[in-house]
Amino acid sequence: MTEILEPTVNGRARADAVAGNVLLVDYLREIVGLTGTKMGCDGGECGACTVLVDGEPRLSCVTLAQSCAGRDVETVEGLTRNGRPGAVQRAFHEKLGSQCGYCTPGMIMASEALLRENPQPTEQEIRDALAGNICRCTGYVKIIESVFEAAAHREAE
Amino acid sequence: MMLKTAGTPTHGRVGERVPLVDGVEKVTGRAQFSADILSADTLVGRILRSPCSHGDLVSVDTSAAEALPGVVAVITGDVCPQPFGILPIAENEFALARGKVRFKGDAVAAVSAVDHQTAERALGLIKLEIRELPAYFTPDDARARDAIDLHAERPGNLEREVHYELGDVAGGFEAADVILEETFHNAEVTHVQMEPNATLAEYDPERDRLTVHSCTQVPYYLHRALAKVMEMDQAQIRVIKPFIGGGFGARTDALNHELIAGLLARAAGGKVMMKLSREETYLTRGGRPETRMRLKVGVTGDGRLTACACETVQTGGAYACYGIITVLYNGAFLNSIYDLPAIKYDGYRVYTNMPACTAMRGHGGVNVRFAFESMMDLIAGRLGIDPFELRRRNLLTAPTETINGVKINTYGLPQCLDWVEQASGWRERAGKLGPDRGLGVACSHYITGAPKPVHWTGEPHATVNLKLDFDASVTILTGAADIGQGSSTMLTQTVAEVLGVDLGRIRVIANDSAITPKDNGSYSSRVTFMCGNAAIEAATRLREILVEAAAAKLDADPKDIDCTDETFRVVGSQDPGLAFKEVVTEALIASGTITTKGNFSAPPEYQGTVKFRGSAVGPSMAYSYAAAAVEVTVDEITSKVTVDRIWVAMDCGFAINPLAVEGQIQGAVWMGLGQALSEEVQFQNGLPVHANILDYRVPTIKDTPPIEVEIVETIDPNGPFGAKEASEGAIACISPAVANAVANAIGLRLRETPLSPDRIMAARSKQAKA
Repeated sequence: MTEILEPTVNGRARADAVAGNVLLVDYLREIVGLTGTKMGCDGGECGACTVLVDGEPRLSCVTLAQSCAGRDVETVEGLTRNGRPGAVQRAFHEKLGSQCGYCTPGMIMASEALLRENPQPTEQEIRDALAGNICRCTGYVKIIESVFEAAAHREAE
Repeated sequence: MMLKTAGTPTHGRVGERVPLVDGVEKVTGRAQFSADILSADTLVGRILRSPCSHGDLVSVDTSAAEALPGVVAVITGDVCPQPFGILPIAENEFALARGKVRFKGDAVAAVSAVDHQTAERALGLIKLEIRELPAYFTPDDARARDAIDLHAERPGNLEREVHYELGDVAGGFEAADVILEETFHNAEVTHVQMEPNATLAEYDPERDRLTVHSCTQVPYYLHRALAKVMEMDQAQIRVIKPFIGGGFGARTDALNHELIAGLLARAAGGKVMMKLSREETYLTRGGRPETRMRLKVGVTGDGRLTACACETVQTGGAYACYGIITVLYNGAFLNSIYDLPAIKYDGYRVYTNMPACTAMRGHGGVNVRFAFESMMDLIAGRLGIDPFELRRRNLLTAPTETINGVKINTYGLPQCLDWVEQASGWRERAGKLGPDRGLGVACSHYITGAPKPVHWTGEPHATVNLKLDFDASVTILTGAADIGQGSSTMLTQTVAEVLGVDLGRIRVIANDSAITPKDNGSYSSRVTFMCGNAAIEAATRLREILVEAAAAKLDADPKDIDCTDETFRVVGSQDPGLAFKEVVTEALIASGTITTKGNFSAPPEYQGTVKFRGSAVGPSMAYSYAAAAVEVTVDEITSKVTVDRIWVAMDCGFAINPLAVEGQIQGAVWMGLGQALSEEVQFQNGLPVHANILDYRVPTIKDTPPIEVEIVETIDPNGPFGAKEASEGAIACISPAVANAVANAIGLRLRETPLSPDRIMAARSKQAKA
């Protein structure tokens, strides 16, 4: 059933006609036009599509868009303010937590969710929080370093 | 041809830890990958795939699909009579099946429609008539006497068999005090690049022009294949590579979905987006082939290698792809790492009814290294020699030339071994970690680019253009494909170093065939060496023009002028000098916009000095070297192997960007870890069981140990600033290091990968019964 979906996406109120079977990832990419969120698998396995819904990390490829009615949805694009990357983005850039960049949006959103809840995580807590995000390039070493770097600089934001 | 590198860097732009020049796009989500190029008039493309592993394609009835409202075009193998394949001597694949289907998943028909649902429905309306043939999933079955040939021109289902001897093999075994013979097995592993395959093709019927955006590592080979398969003039085709989400070899040849997208776009007279699912991405290409290897090695009583005989069978899949190269590399990589005076190699690349295996990081050098480094430890154990010591007794001395005609100028393996031994605390700790814990070591190496190109057209192997205009910005125009390894950053640093300018003055425009010069692509780790050297030549030419102009203005000798930190000065002078922009303005007076070009070609003497059939595979401008130590714990009950720590040292000649080099080494090591512990392609009756990211088990962040990296620099005389490759050399040492560590931990050696719990448990039961 097509309904008018009214979430907030990256702080902006939206009103879009969306069918009941549309996935959140496709809503964000094809209707809202934010292609930063990626599909890496056939559903729920790789974490590349991670976004925040009311601050919680969610796999947008197994979330129906309509389930986000009235909710706050944040994508990787939303962490940039006036063209300036946020602390987590900047850390992943400077510490090479990103190589090909495909897992990066999901990895950053999962990291952002962690740091909002736990601003000074231990390495084990970082590993637990990112356990559902697969990267094929980095071997995760510099991803962990990036999250530590982000934690160190987040207050400055 | 005299090669010269740019000597010792003096401007502080190389050897620096530099974040990727396109990193900001990636972390902000602005980076556009192929599937991100959206527009309202783009049609959805989908492929109908064979449900049958092997059969004669009797008929394909697309009439019902064509009649479905919203379907704009339906095509079959009728539209693509020209076969394609990466190797000119082995082109036996069609974009859409003609006459036969050869694996479950083989592309048979394709539709373009206005939306996903219509396309999906259309696929369901296509009727296939297939006369089933016996299918073969193992080399033994495929090679059986009564087996039906997958390809008529390859009888006995053999794509290639290789047989050669180098040095005095019989004499070498004669001289051996100890001879060991073992069999090893590696399951197939595959790339799992995070971006599923995607291609956007646009056809303009008014101009007969095709534009393709695709996730390719080799835009040039794709361009050639599109022209061949679509029977179009290459000049009418434009290939653009957007950001791509990894490759690792999966995209080093033209892929059928890319060609199908082009064919569909032409049939529809418009734009078609072909996005493959993850499952389809697995079906597009196989990975590092399943390998069975019999290795026989002879050594003297004090551990000096005297001879080696290796017989390899590779399970190749349904089409030729890189098969000949892979089976040749398996033999070639026996060489160039230790002082091995005699080699006998017999290799078999076999057709089976599964997706065709392509190149995968480390190519044919990985599985042979698993066998050989495992063997080295077996020899060490038999002779009572420490594994490090045994390897040290067999090191090469550079410069040297190997028995298969490879020139080796720099060889940092000794330094790698020293560092790894020290960092891991080997001498104090090996064998003393306690029950179920162990340390293992192994070495590996890789080529820095294949010096003989795939197409022997005679052109330079790499070309880089530079543009400098009134705004004093420098643009690098290159065909070098950045696939996340950081080639655009490497080029920026290289040009900035030669010119003496800031990185921010430089832009890179890459991989648009209408604008950028051709490059062969990102495979065999050729880009830093070949494109880096081409960039140095182009930048040197540009520098000469600017120095000339500066010298005129400063009334000085050009030989005395240098540009450092964007200022041209007479060297040693206290004068303020001239700002970069001033000099540019001056230089433009004579000629207007300045463009320079740099080329690179591997000289003939690096293309192999010993000639035999297949000898072109193996030689390189330079080899990288690595050693790794791995610490493991094996669970007593579950037999799960946990890797606690990895130390790896790699000789990459010179690290133009140590940050990127570390990242590549860590990534390679981790990928080797996956093959060692848990990755395994699995088919049941030709149906993929592994084709998702849960069943195909790549290590998650929780499974990944700390990886400590040491960069060893040997400054290669031919490399750009001495650089060699840094992305593939460290992968092959990991599986054998893990196998060696497990043997050290539990006194049980597995001669197969992955070292999964079920295999270890089976080995333990077998040992207990014995």
